[in-house]
Amino acid sequence: MPNLNDILIMLPEFYLVAAVCLLLLLDAFMKPEQRPVLHWLSIAVLLVGVYLLIMGQPPQTITAFGGMFVRDRVSEILKVFALLTTVLVMIYARPYLIERKLLIGEFYTLMIFAVIGIMLLVSAGNFVTVYLGLELLSLSSYALVALNRDAKLPSEAAIKYFVLGALASGMLLYGMSMVYGASGMGGTPSLALEQLHNVMAYTTAPKLLLFGLIFMIVGIGFKLGAAPFHMWIPDVYQGAPTPVTAFIASGSKLAAFGMAYRLLDAGMGDLSQHWQLMLAVLAVLSLAIGNLVAIVQTNLKRMLAYSTISHMGYLLLGLAAAGPEGYAAAMFYAICYALMGVAAFGVMLALSRAGFECEEITDLKGLNQKSPWMAFLMLLAMFSLAGVPPLFGFWAKVLVLEAAIHANMLWLAIVGIVFAIIGLYYYLYVVKVMYFDKPAEGSVLQAQQDKPLRLVLSLNALSLLVLGLYWGPLLGWCRRAFGL
Amino acid sequence: MFNHLLSLLIWLPVAGAIPVLLAGSTRPDLARWLSLLVAVLTFAVSLFLLVQYHPDAGGMQLTESYLWIASWGVHYSLAADGISVALILMTTFVGILVIAGAWEVIQDKPHQYMAAMLMLEGLLIGVFCATDALLFYALFEAILIPMFILIGIWGGPRRVYATLKFFIYTFFGSVFMLIALLYLYQKAHTFDIATLAALPLTMQEQTWIFFAFLIAFAIKVPMVPVHTWLPDAHVEAPTGGSVVLAAVMLKVGTYGMLRFILPIVPDAGAHFAWLIIVLSLIAIVYIGYVALVQEDMKKLVAYSSVAHMGFVTLGIFIAFLLVRESSNADMALLGMQGAMVQMISHGFVSGAMFTCIGVLYDRMHTRQIKDYGGVINVMPWFGFFYVLFAMANCGLPGTSGFVGEFMVILASFAANPWIALFAAFTLIIGAAYTLWLVKRVLWGDITNPHVAEMKEINGRETFVLVSFAAAVLALGIWPQPLVHLMDSSVSQLVQQLAIHKI
Repeated sequence: MPNLNDILIMLPEFYLVAAVCLLLLLDAFMKPEQRPVLHWLSIAVLLVGVYLLIMGQPPQTITAFGGMFVRDRVSEILKVFALLTTVLVMIYARPYLIERKLLIGEFYTLMIFAVIGIMLLVSAGNFVTVYLGLELLSLSSYALVALNRDAKLPSEAAIKYFVLGALASGMLLYGMSMVYGASGMGGTPSLALEQLHNVMAYTTAPKLLLFGLIFMIVGIGFKLGAAPFHMWIPDVYQGAPTPVTAFIASGSKLAAFGMAYRLLDAGMGDLSQHWQLMLAVLAVLSLAIGNLVAIVQTNLKRMLAYSTISHMGYLLLGLAAAGPEGYAAAMFYAICYALMGVAAFGVMLALSRAGFECEEITDLKGLNQKSPWMAFLMLLAMFSLAGVPPLFGFWAKVLVLEAAIHANMLWLAIVGIVFAIIGLYYYLYVVKVMYFDKPAEGSVLQAQQDKPLRLVLSLNALSLLVLGLYWGPLLGWCRRAFGL
Repeated sequence: MFNHLLSLLIWLPVAGAIPVLLAGSTRPDLARWLSLLVAVLTFAVSLFLLVQYHPDAGGMQLTESYLWIASWGVHYSLAADGISVALILMTTFVGILVIAGAWEVIQDKPHQYMAAMLMLEGLLIGVFCATDALLFYALFEAILIPMFILIGIWGGPRRVYATLKFFIYTFFGSVFMLIALLYLYQKAHTFDIATLAALPLTMQEQTWIFFAFLIAFAIKVPMVPVHTWLPDAHVEAPTGGSVVLAAVMLKVGTYGMLRFILPIVPDAGAHFAWLIIVLSLIAIVYIGYVALVQEDMKKLVAYSSVAHMGFVTLGIFIAFLLVRESSNADMALLGMQGAMVQMISHGFVSGAMFTCIGVLYDRMHTRQIKDYGGVINVMPWFGFFYVLFAMANCGLPGTSGFVGEFMVILASFAANPWIALFAAFTLIIGAAYTLWLVKRVLWGDITNPHVAEMKEINGRETFVLVSFAAAVLALGIWPQPLVHLMDSSVSQLVQQLAIHKI
């Protein structure tokens, strides 16, 4: 029987579940003209969640429900940033949703459900929790992509996402079942990641174990969007409503990192010599495909989709290093990418208006003349994504490269840096379009006047500069989380 | 204030760019005056360096160090020796002149132009005094952003091509340096340049690191054969951009060689010195010939910059030969000093040349030599300055161009007369392309009716050209203060050359 202590450990999650149920009820019984209140309520709910997470932070790792749920520093940091980036997405989304008549309760409740999924996933101490969190996150995301159900492209994207996602979940489950089976040969079968840690030592079916590992890596690769499991990313990014894309590019990536870390380090840490190379291959492929294909994109969302793939390649450099250093670097990278991605999509949201989706790169033509501030914010996001100092993205790249070199994978670091040069081009191209081109004839480009959006977006983009100048504390947190 | 002099010099222009930006496009004059104020203030502050820095003591002075990233042991640490002080002074001096030079020339978004210039200035000063390798690298790369914007917005017709090429080309070089620095960090667990300099490295390691550094700095200098971005960038950049690029940014490359290649990988540096010397000679001779046939004035000066920077790299690496092979430390010192003087001198001369071309371009909107001719008839004062700078460019005694080149040639003669022979070619080729340029632009009859309508330089332009002329002549007639400023720092560098690290 769960005792009160278990529930207290999971208080933020329980609180969010209760709050989201209340929001659902409110939505059902509210008059339509009062619905916009839901926006502020949801943000308040998430911020209270952040407060609970920070206030209830345990001094050391604790587990609940017999090890099903782990609350440690890693999960705390990931959760806080997942909640915060979701708040950012909600603030950026408001004018967009109002103008498209999409400001409906479902957007907010699904978003919070997805966040709960993320929280479960990054705190998982057991295969079952991993799967539970993953499915909660994924199912909410599928529905979010199809939010604008009357439009063709989002529905198509949602179906693609769903089918491929289901396939990946199946792979993951299959892999888990093999590992479960292998752990039973020579010991007690176990679903708890902690107990699997030294499964190599006693299993009599190492081949089966490795097979299971491979299937699990497929699942992780899919969730991260690493090549060759990246097919869904471009279509979903392009097809989904931009706020949803922003969410998938930020919070969801934090979750993917958390899941990879839990499964690989806590569960399969013993097999690191096997999965290190697999991750390195995924990293190289992601870097190559992401960066090369992004160059030819004309749609900004699609371009950012391929850029995500390449960024996951960098994140994988850190994971492939397979040590606390590497994990800390990868987590730093995931947080950094979430902030950069959400800022880039935020600018797109700020420039979109009723009847005009800012999503082609050429839509940004002459932005510096129309709205210099927005152009500057986008410039920060682009240079940060490209990894040009002194912006935040540069330091994240330095950290993962250092981790790779530290793990004696100098070649991987060199591959990473070579693709950084190639990737530079398409980010610079966006800056070129904004700054060097003249606005198109009859350009309707104009930034939203929504105050919260402008303020928060400015803070978000400027944080890329500020964190670029002073990233020590964040790195310190990341490293302490992994016991460094 | 004196404890944080270097920080102040970096952050004053960077922070000063913010009010300039805020002045906005509606109040262009406010933006101009504000940026001039910031530039003058920065120059004034930089003059305190001369008071605070003690040239006789040598070594790194005015040290500032704060822990920046605790878990990595990265420090925000700054310090300056004589070379840094000279380069910083040149940067702040040129900083005023480019702002004054752009005054009414830049009509499109002047506030953004001025702000980008100021940021560039601050970052460049930072590069010249960073003593933490990671800080150096960050600043070294960050320079690219304002320059990218400067060329891209205010440049010529092919500006987009030129600026993308410039950014990607230089970025390409520097990333390998980053890998080398990370590798060194693995071994030394610090990015402090002085500690890295004391780190023992095998020859194989040194070789790899040497080439990683070399590609980063050679592209910046630029050396043959990686100079091809420079003519494009120069031709398309606005005048101020060209001036900063030639006067200050190219020096970042040679400065980096002094700070990284010399102390960290001295054995590989000595082993491959011949390579650099050959490349420098190719730059001096071959690029000189290339400059001769240019039809675009800016391109001509850009190529002549490559040739002149060849002297700087020659001077640095000839010192390796002299120290390691003939133990001739005195001559090595001379060569190194020549390289340093050439660095500063080239800053003023090339800056002045580009300013002159800018003056012509503002009136005629063409940089083709054939469109001019007889300019002296309508702009005699301008002609005076133009001839003066042209003379400095071909190294006439009495101008700053002579001092550095002469010292380097003397030193190379001690190493190997053949090297000196090829290096001395510059005296002929340099004179040929520069004087021919002067002949075609200034002398002769006015053939183009537009030339007849050209107006004499105004007060602002005169101020800029007089300032450059003063610097060029001062260094040429009395180089002693500059040599004295850098003397002990240079001899310390030369002493380091002799230290084997294997």
